[in-house]
Amino acid sequence: MPDIVFGLDTFGDVPTDESGAPVSHARSIRQLVDEAVLADRLGVDVFTVGEHHRPEYSVSSPETVLAGLATVTERIRLGSGVTVLSSDDPVRVFQRFATVDALSGGRAEVILGRGSFTESFPLFGYDMADYDVLFEEKIELFSQLLTEAPVTWSGTTRAPLRDADVFPKTEGGLSTWVGVGGSPQSVVRTARYGFPLMLAIIGGQPERFLPYLDLYRRAAAEFGTTEHPVGMHSPGFVADTDEEAVAAWWPHYRVVRDRIGALRGWPPVTRAEFDREVATGSMYIGSPETVAQRIARTVAAMGVGRFDMIYTSGGQSTSARLRSVELYGSVVVPRVRELLAERAAAAGSQEAVAA
Amino acid sequence: MTGAAADQPTRDSLARPVVPTTVAILGSGKLGTVMARLAVAAGQRVLVAGSGEPEAIRLILTVVAPGAEPARAVDAVEQADVVVLALPLGKLPSVPVEALRGEVVVDAMNYWWEVDGHRDDLDDPATSTSELVQRHLSGSTVVKAFNHMGYHDLDEGPRPADVPGRKAIAVAGDDAAAVATVSALVDAWGFDPVRAGTLHDSIALQPHAESFGANVEAGELEAMLARFAATERGAVVGAARAR
Repeated sequence: MPDIVFGLDTFGDVPTDESGAPVSHARSIRQLVDEAVLADRLGVDVFTVGEHHRPEYSVSSPETVLAGLATVTERIRLGSGVTVLSSDDPVRVFQRFATVDALSGGRAEVILGRGSFTESFPLFGYDMADYDVLFEEKIELFSQLLTEAPVTWSGTTRAPLRDADVFPKTEGGLSTWVGVGGSPQSVVRTARYGFPLMLAIIGGQPERFLPYLDLYRRAAAEFGTTEHPVGMHSPGFVADTDEEAVAAWWPHYRVVRDRIGALRGWPPVTRAEFDREVATGSMYIGSPETVAQRIARTVAAMGVGRFDMIYTSGGQSTSARLRSVELYGSVVVPRVRELLAERAAAAGSQEAVAA
Repeated sequence: MTGAAADQPTRDSLARPVVPTTVAILGSGKLGTVMARLAVAAGQRVLVAGSGEPEAIRLILTVVAPGAEPARAVDAVEQADVVVLALPLGKLPSVPVEALRGEVVVDAMNYWWEVDGHRDDLDDPATSTSELVQRHLSGSTVVKAFNHMGYHDLDEGPRPADVPGRKAIAVAGDDAAAVATVSALVDAWGFDPVRAGTLHDSIALQPHAESFGANVEAGELEAMLARFAATERGAVVGAARAR
């Protein structure tokens, strides 16, 4: 069985301090550094920060945070989850991540996405009407930049390039994934470029996404591109007991969910909906054993090669967050590996019996 | 526009509607492919049109909605008993208006500013978006349905008619026969149809209404719709329509 990659993911949500008050954006970013250093020490494989442009989140410039992390961590991979490529310049994205790659000794990774929020469009002067063409053109240019050879390119969304050489060069290539929220066209596009696929599964039963894994594999075979292991990311939170985890997560999650939901015309989230997500859906919340059992079950059912847990959603307290990272790295991940090995051994002995 | 629900269909239609046997779905994204799966599971012939050439979505349908056939929008519409609009509302100008003449058209779309951009015409509490769709498709009979349930709930939700806990889908329209046809479609796809008045009334199914996102049984959905006028959003709509 190939080694499964386990990651932690955050948008740099603004946490609350011991008094229950939200901390500053600056302190939120320093909190991330503490959490990433802890995750690095505990052997978590990858730490990703996602670009947002809203008051609830402190990370608008992922690679600047990652540059900071690069020099204080040793082995953890450092990624964006996601970089909103549509409203950025592919040349600059490549340069910034190549720089993080240099600082971190080859540990940088970019996850390109269209983003589920749209604040970056007006902020950087893009029109939502160009949503599709912006991503289509920019991912095409980015894939050429990844060859690290001079690029000649023209399109409608930025100035043309003629034999443009882009620096710094990396030492081993820049690891690049594409984040997809469930659009089948996006899955096919990812396979067409031969990028690994990262599925955002943030609600409902994860098995619902199985057809997308199949689609990715079939499309890669049809295009003759490399079929990489598929990754998934889902929200989760770990505390010493199930009750503590729910108590630390739910009140804060509810506030941010309802604030963002109101903008989209959703009614408030109910406790019953939340409980269903925790029991059988896409929220991995509870004690280390509860969370490990649920992650192992999902990873086995989905056949994914990577699981990233989004460990913040709203103002979970600074101390609860650190504890969650600690338990994830020191207990949950080793336990999931153990459970997956047991499953593989059981399946192997059944095969031996059948033979 | 008058505020009265003058043409509201009666609750029990006398004519027993015929379940559509061929369904055209315009839109091959998250919602369109989930609906294609529901229709295939119901034993219907399903034709799906995306924004490009049919070949561009053949692989997608083969994998995520096996049994559904890719088609050009005009060809799909021509062969269908009922046409489902499952594309972003802002893409409405791309649907073939003439080909849809005389057809029953299910409007499963919502105004979503993050996709469609900020559009005052689509965000007007005096007028439902389905009324605008009906005006654009003046030769078709538009029925609002399937818009209020999230596509993942729609995917996980279908159950046979006699299974407890079956979820409900609201159906709103001005033409009793078309509403009956779409209600039969809702039932065939594994949900209980709930009558939700006219297209004008269908604003009670849109974003900001209590029922938007509802994944509940028929009794609860009926109760939500019945108390719409008393909600904050209902008051905003009422005030806009009284002007």
